[in-house]
Amino acid sequence: MKIGYAVPAGLLAASLLFAGCAGKDNSNNDGNNGNSGNNSGNNAAAQAGSGTESVAKAGGETNADFTTAIDEYRKYVIEQCDAFVKQTEGFTDAVKAGKLDEAKTLYAPARMHYERIEPIAEALGDLDPNIDARENDVDAADWRGFHKIEQALWQNNTTEGMTDVADRLLKDAQLLRAKVETAGIDANLLVTGAVELLNEVSSSKVTGEEERYSHTDLYDFVANVEGAQKIYELLKPELAKKDPALEQTIGERFTALTNELAPFKSGEGYVSYETLKPEEVRRLSQNLDALAEPLSNMGTILGV
Amino acid sequence: MNKKDKNSRNKADADHGIPVPETKLFNTKFSRRDMLRLTGASGLGLLLGGGGVGGIMAARQAAGRAVPAAAASGQNEEQADTIPFYGKHQAGILTPAQNFLCFASFDVTTTKVSDLKKLLEDWTAAAAALTSGTMIGTANDKPNLPPTDTGEADGLTPSGCTLTFGAGPALFDSRFGLSGKRPASFTELPAFPGDSLEPQWCGGDLCVQACADDMQVAFHAIRNLARIARGTAVLRWTQEGFQRSGSADPSGGTPRNLLGFKDGTGNPDVTDETQMRNIVWSGSADGPAWMNGGTYLAVRRVRFRIEVWDRSSLSDQEATFGRHRQSGAPIGAGDEFAELNLAAADASGKPVIPPDSHSALAHGDGSVKILRRSYSYSSGMDLKTGQLDAGLVFISFQKDLMKQFVSIQQRLAKNDRLNEYMVHTGSAVFACFPGVREGGYIGELLLEG
Ligand code: HEM
Repeated sequence: MKIGYAVPAGLLAASLLFAGCAGKDNSNNDGNNGNSGNNSGNNAAAQAGSGTESVAKAGGETNADFTTAIDEYRKYVIEQCDAFVKQTEGFTDAVKAGKLDEAKTLYAPARMHYERIEPIAEALGDLDPNIDARENDVDAADWRGFHKIEQALWQNNTTEGMTDVADRLLKDAQLLRAKVETAGIDANLLVTGAVELLNEVSSSKVTGEEERYSHTDLYDFVANVEGAQKIYELLKPELAKKDPALEQTIGERFTALTNELAPFKSGEGYVSYETLKPEEVRRLSQNLDALAEPLSNMGTILGV
Repeated sequence: MNKKDKNSRNKADADHGIPVPETKLFNTKFSRRDMLRLTGASGLGLLLGGGGVGGIMAARQAAGRAVPAAAASGQNEEQADTIPFYGKHQAGILTPAQNFLCFASFDVTTTKVSDLKKLLEDWTAAAAALTSGTMIGTANDKPNLPPTDTGEADGLTPSGCTLTFGAGPALFDSRFGLSGKRPASFTELPAFPGDSLEPQWCGGDLCVQACADDMQVAFHAIRNLARIARGTAVLRWTQEGFQRSGSADPSGGTPRNLLGFKDGTGNPDVTDETQMRNIVWSGSADGPAWMNGGTYLAVRRVRFRIEVWDRSSLSDQEATFGRHRQSGAPIGAGDEFAELNLAAADASGKPVIPPDSHSALAHGDGSVKILRRSYSYSSGMDLKTGQLDAGLVFISFQKDLMKQFVSIQQRLAKNDRLNEYMVHTGSAVFACFPGVREGGYIGELLLEG
C-alpha cells in the first residue's frame, strides 16, 4: 500500500491510462515550465502510456519491440490475479467460518500474489487502499481489506465481526481481476513498475510496518522482489542488447538478494519478521538498495 | 554548474538593491579598493549587492587560508572557492578547515577486488566533479532515467569542497589479498582507559571526509558517493560537524569548540613544509610505497558532558585546559600564541599551568605533535536523559598513529582533567592515500602497486 509517494504513483497512473484518456495529457506539455525535470518525466510517461497499442511510440528513438514482453507480462498479471482471487476466497471463507488458525495460515500466502503485481493495482484507482490499506492510511471509517482482518486475527485473536469485511475484500479482489484485463501495459510501466516494487519493500516491508500484527512481512518482501524479477526477466533480452553490463549487474544483485533471503525460509513460508536481528534487517535493506540502484537504470532500454 | 545563472543571481540581488549596512561592509580591515580588486567587480552597485558581499567574504576567507591565490589575483569567486582535487597530497588535510564536515565510514560488501577497484575509480571521477562544482555523470537530462547527479548542489559553487579518502585496517584482512600491504604500525587503536565506545560509531573499511563551506555541498558529496557505492560498499556510520562559519568570524581567528575554548592554537604551521614532513606526511622511508605522500587519520567521536561543564566555574574550566577562555592564551600569559611554559610556577612553587590540564598533558615535552582538524557536532537530544548530545568530532592527521596519536591519547586518557567533562563514544583510524594525478584513481598504488 502506498500513499506517500506521489510522483512514482503519478507516473504509473499516467502510463496506465485506459484508452481514450490520452488526449488530455497533451495540454500538460504547454506552460508549466517551472518544473521542467518532473514535467518531462511525466510527458514521457504519458506519451508512452497513451494506450496498449502505443508500444512503438514508447520506445521513442529506439526500434525496440516490447510486444512479447508486454504480452508475457499481461499473462503473468492475470495468472497472479487468478491465484489471488482463488486464495483470497479460501482465506475469507475461513474468516467467515470462524476458523482462526486456518485463516492465519492462509493470510500471507494469498497476499503474495497481490504483492507481486502491486504497482498495477496501485494504478487502478481506489483498489489498492481498499485491499491493502494499513490502519491510519485512510480514515478509520473507510478502513477495510486485508490489514483490518489481520488486526482482528492477530491482535484481537478473533474472526468476530469480520464477515462483512471479508465479503468486501473478496469483491474487491474480483474487481481487480476484472480491471487488469483492460489495463494498458507498456514498456514504461514495466520499467517503472519493477523499481516501484522494490521501493515498496524499502519503504514499508523492511521496517516491518506492513504486517505489524502478523509479522509476515517477509512474504510480502519476497513477493515484491519476485514481481520485480519477473519484469527484469522479460526485459532482459532487450537490456542485454542495450547495456549488457547493466543487465549482468542486475542479475547478480537479484541473486545476492535471493541468497540473503534464503536463510529465512521456513517450510513453505517464511519466519516471523520479529525474529530478525537488527543487523539482519539492515543487511536485507542494503542488499535491496544495491539491487534497486542499477534496476532504476533499466529505463535505458526505452531510448531517450 | 552554470556560471551564467550565478552571475545573473548576483546581479538580480544587486538590482533588487538588497541593502547592506555600510558599517558591516567597511568595518573590515579591507579598503574599498581591496574589495574591488578582490571581487574583480566592475561597479560598486554590484559590489553592494548581497551576492557581492558574499563574494568578498568568500574571497577573503580563501585568501586568508592560503588556498590558491585565485581570490587575491582577482579571479572570479567561483575559482576562488575551488580547491584542486588532484595533487601530490589529498586535499582536506592541510587545507584550513572549512565550515562544515560530513564524515562517512563505509563497509565494503563485495569480495571481488575488481569491484573495489571500480568503486575507487568511480569515486575518483565523482570526486573530481564534486570538488569543482560540476554535475556527476552524463545522464542528467534523460527523461527515462534517474539523473546521475542527485541535483541538490546544482547551481552552487564548489564552496571549498574537499574529499579525503582513506582505508581502515579492516580492509587489509583476507578479503582482497591486501594483508601483505598493511603498514606495520597501522592497526585498530588500543583501548584507552575511560573509553565508552559504541559499535555504531566505530571502524570501517573506507572513509570519506567531506568538508565544504556549505553543508548542502558537503552532504551532496557523501550522498552521491554512497549512492555510487551501492552494491559494493555500504555506509557504516556518518557524522556531521560544524564550526563557526567564515562569515561569522571574518577575522578568521581560531575557532572555539562547544566548551567555549579556542581549539587549534597549538597546531603546527601547515605552511611549514619541514614540519609537515615530520608530522603529517608518510615519506618513502616511512612505510609502504603506496602510502608515500599519504597520512593517517584518527577520528574520535567525543561527547561532552555539556550540562556538567556548564556548572563548573571559569577558573575550573581554565585549569582544565591550562588556557584562558577569552584569549586562548596559556594561563598566566596574555597572547594566544605565547609558548606553553610548563615550568612556570607561582610564589608557592605550584605550576601555573596544571600538569594534568589538557594542554600540558597533550603538549608533553613538545616532541610529539599531531595536526588536529576537528569539528563540533550536535546530534540532537539524548532521549534517555534529555541532555544535549553534542561534542567534538576529533580528527587528527599524523604520519604514525602509534608514535603520535596513541602516545598522546594514552597520557590524556589516564590523567586529563578534561575527562570529567567528556566521553569517547566513537573511534576509527584510516590510512589516507597519497594524492591522485589526473588519469589515476584513489588508492591506485595500493591495488596495483
Ligand atoms: C573532547 C576532546 C578534546 C577537546 C575538547 C580538546 C580541546 C583542546 C583545546 C581547547 C586545546 C588548547 C588549544 C590548542 O592548542 O588547540 C587542545 C590542545 C591540544 N589537544 Fe586537545 N582536545 C580534545 C581531545 C584531544 C585528543 C583526543 C587529543 C590527542 C590524542 C588532543 C590533542 C591535543 C594536542 C596535541 C593539543 C596541543 C597541545 C600543545 O599546545 O602542544 N586533544 N585541545
